[in-house]
Order: sequence, then C-alpha cells, then structure tokens
Amino acid sequence: MDIFSPNRVSSVQWRGYFENFLFVLPAVVIFSVFYIFPFFNIFWLSLHEWNGISPHQEFVGLDNFRELMQDTIWWDSMGHAAYITLIALIFQNALAFALALACDREIRMKKFYRVIFFLPPVLSEVVVGLIWTWILNSGMQDGQSIGLLNHFLNRIGLPHLVNDWLSDPKTALTCIAVVHSWKGFGWGFIIFLAGLQTIDRQLYEAAKVDGAGSLRTFMNITIPMMIPVILVVVILTILGSMQVFVLVLSMVGQGLGYHTEVPVTRILASMTGTNRFGYACAQGVVFGMILVVVSFFQIQLSKRAKQA
Amino acid sequence: MKKFYSFAGLSLLGMCLLLGVLASCTKSPAKQQAISVWHWMTDRHETFLKLAQKYEEQTKVKVKFELYAPSDAYSQKVVASAQAKVLPDIFGVLDKKEIFASFIESGFVADLTEEFLADSGAWEKSLFPKALSVNRFEEGNIYHIKPGLYGVPIDVTNIQMLYNPNLLKKAGVSQPPQTFEEFLNAIAALKKAGITGLVSGWGELWMIDCFASNYAFNIMGEEKVMATYRGEVPYTDPDWVKVFGVFKELKDKGALAAGIVTKVNKYAEQDFALERAAFAFNGSWSVNVYQEMNPNLQYGAMLPPAINPDLPMKIWGGAGSSFVVNNSSPRKKMAIDFLKWLTAKDQQAYLAMETRNLPANAEALSSIPEILAQFASAMEQTTHPTIWKYNEDALVTEAFTKGIQSIIIGEKTPQGMAQEVQAVKERQMRKKKK
Repeated sequence: MDIFSPNRVSSVQWRGYFENFLFVLPAVVIFSVFYIFPFFNIFWLSLHEWNGISPHQEFVGLDNFRELMQDTIWWDSMGHAAYITLIALIFQNALAFALALACDREIRMKKFYRVIFFLPPVLSEVVVGLIWTWILNSGMQDGQSIGLLNHFLNRIGLPHLVNDWLSDPKTALTCIAVVHSWKGFGWGFIIFLAGLQTIDRQLYEAAKVDGAGSLRTFMNITIPMMIPVILVVVILTILGSMQVFVLVLSMVGQGLGYHTEVPVTRILASMTGTNRFGYACAQGVVFGMILVVVSFFQIQLSKRAKQA
Repeated sequence: MKKFYSFAGLSLLGMCLLLGVLASCTKSPAKQQAISVWHWMTDRHETFLKLAQKYEEQTKVKVKFELYAPSDAYSQKVVASAQAKVLPDIFGVLDKKEIFASFIESGFVADLTEEFLADSGAWEKSLFPKALSVNRFEEGNIYHIKPGLYGVPIDVTNIQMLYNPNLLKKAGVSQPPQTFEEFLNAIAALKKAGITGLVSGWGELWMIDCFASNYAFNIMGEEKVMATYRGEVPYTDPDWVKVFGVFKELKDKGALAAGIVTKVNKYAEQDFALERAAFAFNGSWSVNVYQEMNPNLQYGAMLPPAINPDLPMKIWGGAGSSFVVNNSSPRKKMAIDFLKWLTAKDQQAYLAMETRNLPANAEALSSIPEILAQFASAMEQTTHPTIWKYNEDALVTEAFTKGIQSIIIGEKTPQGMAQEVQAVKERQMRKKKK
C-alpha cells in the first residue's frame, strides 16, 4: 500500500482500532476459553479412543463417526427425541397459545393465572419427574392402586384403562412427552402473551368496525402478527425437547430396554456406562451439528416470515 | 490520550482479574492446609464430620470432608478433577476396575502396599480380606498394574435378598424359601393373598447385572462365566439361556413388582420399607435406609434361593466404600495416617453404630445390630467384578442388562436375547482383534 495514499491508515486510526479491540478483548477471551476451545477439544477427542482417565489416547481418525452412523440405538434415540419434540410442538405450544390468548383478554384474576401457568417451568425437572412418577405409579398395596391416575381410573369405573404407564413400551415415551409438555408450556405461554400484547389494539377495533368475526380476526390479524413469535417458540421448543434427559432419568431411570433412550442419555451412557469418551464426544459433535442445522433453517424461515 | 491509557489500564486490570478467577477455580484442594476428603456418602456425612472433629482434637490435624452426591455426579467430578490435576488428598474411585487401573497408571493414586505391610502387616490384618481384595492388584493382572494395595476400605457390603416375615405369614408361608422352587411356591401364595412378590431397583442396570451374575455363578460356576468373558463360551450356551430364563420365569409367575424395570433403587427401597412387597433384592446399606423410612419394619436377610444345589450361590460384595490417597498430595503421609485411624476398631465401631453399615474392621463386628450380623454371615460367599480376573466388555454388559429388561417387559425371549448379546460380543471381539 502506498503510504502517501489518502487511504492509508493513520496512526490515529490504528489507535482507534486498537482501542476497539481492547473493548472486545475480554469477551473474545471468555468466548474462546469457554466455547471455542472446548468445541475444538471435543472434536479432537472424538477422533480418539479414550476411557476418560487413561494417559493413553489412541487416535482412531473418523472411526467413531463411522460407528455412530451404523449405531441403530443412537438413531432410535434421535427418533425418540423427535417424537417428544413433535408432541411438545403440537400440544405444548397449542396449550401455551390458547392460554396466552385467554389471559390476553380482560378476565378476572388474570395475574393469578399468569403466575400459576408459569409455575411448572420453574420447578426442577427432578421434582417434576418425582411428582409424575407418583401420579403414574402402577404399584398396588392392599388391593389399591398407589398411583393417582390408576386410582382415579378405578374410582370412576374405568379399571380396564389401568396400565403400567411408565413400564409399558407403548405408553412410556408418550407419558414422558406429555410431562415434558406440561413442564414446558409456561415458557411458550409467557412469550406468546408478550407477543400478543404487542399487537396494536387498533387493528382489532378496525376489524370489528369492518364486521369481522372472532375467527376471522384471529386468522387474519392475530396469526399473521404472531408468526415471528411463533417461530421463536418453535425453535426454543425443538432445542429444549431434543435435549431432554433429566426428566427421562427421573421417570424411568435406565429402564425399559432402549425404548426411552434419548440422545443425551446415550451420550451419558457412552461416557459413564461404557467409558468411551471419544465416542461420547463424536455423539455430542453429531448431535450438536444436527441442532445447529435445525436452528439455521428455523432462523431462515423466521427471516422470510418477517419479510413477508 | 489520557482516556486511552486509562482504558488500556482498566482492560489489563480486568484481564488480570479474569485470570485470577480462572486460576482460583483450578486451585488444587491438595494445596490447602487441612487434609481434604471428597466423598459421596450422604448418609455418613454427619458422622464423618464428627470423626474429623475427634481426629483434630486428638492430633491437631484438621480434616475437611466435602460431600458431592449423588454418586454419578461424584464420579464425574473426580474424573474431571483428575484430568485437571486438582484432586484432593483423599478421594474414592467409584468405577470399574479398568478405570481404577487407569487412575493408578496415570499416577493419581498412591501405592499403599508398604503401609499395609508395616508392623508385620498389622493394618492389613485388621481389615476383612474380601474388602481389601477390591483394592488389590494381583501379580500378572490384566491391567499391567504393579501388584499391590491401592485403596482403603472403610466399610464392607453385600447384596442379598430380604424378606418380610409378616407378609409371608399373611400368605401362609412360615419360613423364608431356601430353593428357587420354594421361592416360586411362596410367590404363588403371596399372589393369592394379593401381596407383591419381589421388588428391586432394576431401573438401574448394575442391579440387574448383579442379580443375573448371582444365578450365572450358581447355574454354571465361576469358571464358565469367566470363559464366557474371555470369549470361549457363547451367550447362546444353554446355561446362559437358563440364566435369562430365570427372569422370564419370574415375570411369568408374577413374582416381580409392577414397573420393576423403571424403578430406581430408592423407589424399590421405599416399596419394601412401606411393606408393599414381601421380598427385596438389595444391599446391606439398606439397613440404614429402612431404619430411616420405617423404624418398625421387620425383615430378615437371606441368600437368593439357589437353582443348582451342586454349586454355591455367590453374591456381590466386598468393600462397600473405599478411599484412595492422592499420589501427588503434599500431605500423603498425613492422609495415610488419617485413614489408618479411620479404619481402627473404635472409629469403625462408631461408624457402624451411627450409620448401620458393616465395618471393614473385623474387630468392630461385635457391636453391630442383628440384621447386619445376618448380612455379615454371608461375607464368605461374596464376589465382585472388581476382583474377577476377567471382566465383560462394557458394551456387552449394556446389551446383556438391557436385554434382560426386554425379557421382563415381554418383548424378547431368553433365546432371542442370548443371540443378540452374542452378536454384540462377537462384534466387540472382532474390534479388539483389529
């Protein structure tokens, strides 16, 4: 570069750059230490066979990833997480949206409902798991069901519906998904409610003047205005539901064969059960990539929706 | 300019602070003044604190017990701390023998052999040999660890069957069953009386492994089990199919509590303590748990009823909890002295009395309750994967235990499951040969 050129960077400008750099330096250091380094370290470990403690780490290249591609238990666990996510997307968000709509209206005890609906998300997943394990318990004592649900079914004359809810492969995962949705709907509720309150009330008044009914107002004003918020809730639901595991462990332990395995329990099993840290890292890398790709598509979709 | 320098100074100060915080996060507990002990035993924490106080009064040496529970979280903390080289003076390795060997190989665990042998082996002789064997590496061990003793057992344990005499009486069963056939008869009587048979924490894979291995030893004997682990006997062998068949029979005869495969041991303990089941499969630590849950519970301990009268019923047991000494600790000698004191008769008797666990020191056995004495009487029949010459591959064990869960929920047959486990075994053997 010609130093006499009018475009040359003066020492004052350099000082400015340096000053700016100093401003971001702490953030860069923290981000590098806590995010970038661990990510590359995990990727590096995923190329090794290692039990997590031995001084010997055997470099195996992409073997762990090759094995993972053929690991049907792993891909089944992805399927289970996807099933939980699907139920959460449909039921959790529908419930959250319906309750947010109800609380957005002028109703009595609105604030009380808001607090009540936001209670499940603030409870610990272990506590929620314990409560629901008791509700769904299939045990008996002195001829009486211990679990609340089975006891209730017996009392209302539906004993044929009594089931071993958490130990039946046909119902266990659905039970977990329902409890996960129950625990998580409060987040969606708060976000939906905040979104609904940003919609200009004049739009509703104008629609009313034009003679639009409730359904038409909902379809033509509420839904289009809420699309960016819905997309945010959808992306958070997907990320949260795919990573569910505390609830699984607290409700069914390591039980039921592989029927209730989800990706994070598989990663844990590789780390602590079979002591294969390299393989666990490979699982973590692949799982993380899948979530990044899903999030990327969601963000693109969100941008398009905003533009529309 | 002044602004620039003041900002640069502030940034540097901030960086120093950040580095300081990071450095303090990684400060080794071994660099502190007191002997630091990391443990996972929630039920023993208060007693440990009292013992630490007593030790300080006697020796002026401070001991700091830190509790990290549950045991899974503790294990992860110890592994992470080993990787960061910030282990305390005394800690426990709650893992397979292979991982214990890796800790030793990496130089994290001190060799205590000379300490045990000092004074004509006084320390070694005071402790149950079975408890010590968990911490012992024999000559020619498969992990290539220098032969010796690397850990100190602070209590012993074993896992047996427990029975509730009142519930058995209600079902018309006067004596606890001795054979498997008698056990199934008792189950039939209990079922008739509307009483649940057996409860256990089979939502935890290791407990299924333990029960299955009891019957494997009884049906085919230790040598054949070890031959299977070496890959010389397939899991499709009729004896193994018979072992898997035990679970099918228990399920078919209605012996198992509802939801047993998703029950973690805490729930199973609650069921037995609240008299919801007549039998439990649980360890000697449960004496303390049941005492807390239902002090009026009446129960006895018995060996799992044998199928094959010609071979002994071996149960899992040995050292319940062991501590190791950090090899790079500047207070290694102090830590060893403390462990010697902790495993001496008086402290062991106090620990046993307060926490209702079997003491590692045989001399302290005289002061234990009756139910613990019943557990102690079976110590000679104990065995444990950590003292076996060969261990099964962890992935095969996972397929084995998950397969048993599938039999219990009626999804697989013993034969089908045997084939699946054998397929995993062959795949792992091929991988090892590579």
